[in-house]
Amino acid sequence: MRAAVIVFPGSNCDRDLAVAFEQAGFQVDMVWHKDAALPEGIDIVGVPGGFSYGDYLRCGAIAAQSPICKAVVAHTERGGYAVGICNGFQVLTETGILPGALLRNAGLKYICKTVGLKVATSDSVFTEGYNAGDVIGIPIAHHDGNYFADDTTLAALKDQDRIAFSYTENPNGSVGDIAGILSENRRVLGMMPHPERAADEGHGGTDGAALFRALSGVFESA
Amino acid sequence: MKARVHVMLKTGVLDPQGEAVRHALGALGFDQVEGVRQGKVIDLDLAEGATEADVTKMCEKLLANTVIERYEIELV
Repeated sequence: MRAAVIVFPGSNCDRDLAVAFEQAGFQVDMVWHKDAALPEGIDIVGVPGGFSYGDYLRCGAIAAQSPICKAVVAHTERGGYAVGICNGFQVLTETGILPGALLRNAGLKYICKTVGLKVATSDSVFTEGYNAGDVIGIPIAHHDGNYFADDTTLAALKDQDRIAFSYTENPNGSVGDIAGILSENRRVLGMMPHPERAADEGHGGTDGAALFRALSGVFESA
Repeated sequence: MKARVHVMLKTGVLDPQGEAVRHALGALGFDQVEGVRQGKVIDLDLAEGATEADVTKMCEKLLANTVIERYEIELV
């Protein structure tokens, strides 16, 4: 079981994400943004949180054009698995792998706190460790987490059961209280909250660990 | 050649920064302001032979996120 964690200049959750994968039994390769290819035999790619390229122009916009992101796009187009958290979610929307965009928080403030998340579907490799309707506590830490998608995209996300997580109390103005979404083939997850920051007793909460455990279950048996 | 690109959030996309500026103007007594939208201006110095079509491609690929933003190109 192997995971790749992408490292951009300005990433700051790359190590936390790697530790969460490792604790779930993955061997982790850290992959630098200038690399043009992913290591062979990778089961899943993690795009971490942080402030890639200083968030210049738009959050995730420059990272989305980096050499490694072309490889990540190709990986997902081949049906490969990927998860983007926080800035990683912004990067995945900027590449077009996931629909929509992340706008400035409606209240304009950077928000760093643990929020309630409703598991909106258990039908994905990322969420099958939960029951649909479960409410879990996961930290958010973002300034631009206000998910936006046009009405057609939103209707498609709802009809296809592709909303992975929604906020119990919307902190940032996200349309439909959306905190995380799945790709059409359900193999790519993007979410603003940080499950890797709730994956160890030392974090003060372990509600995010089930996400990584579920992934290890999938790839272990594969 | 120089090009100036204006990038604005699309109509209907909430602009919290513009709203904050509107509130601040109201607090200063400028109660004639009914709406504020904030955007970006990007100036490009272009080599000989560059065309407006090139700038359009730049906007589509990087300078604007057309999911939420619209852009206008001004050749100077």
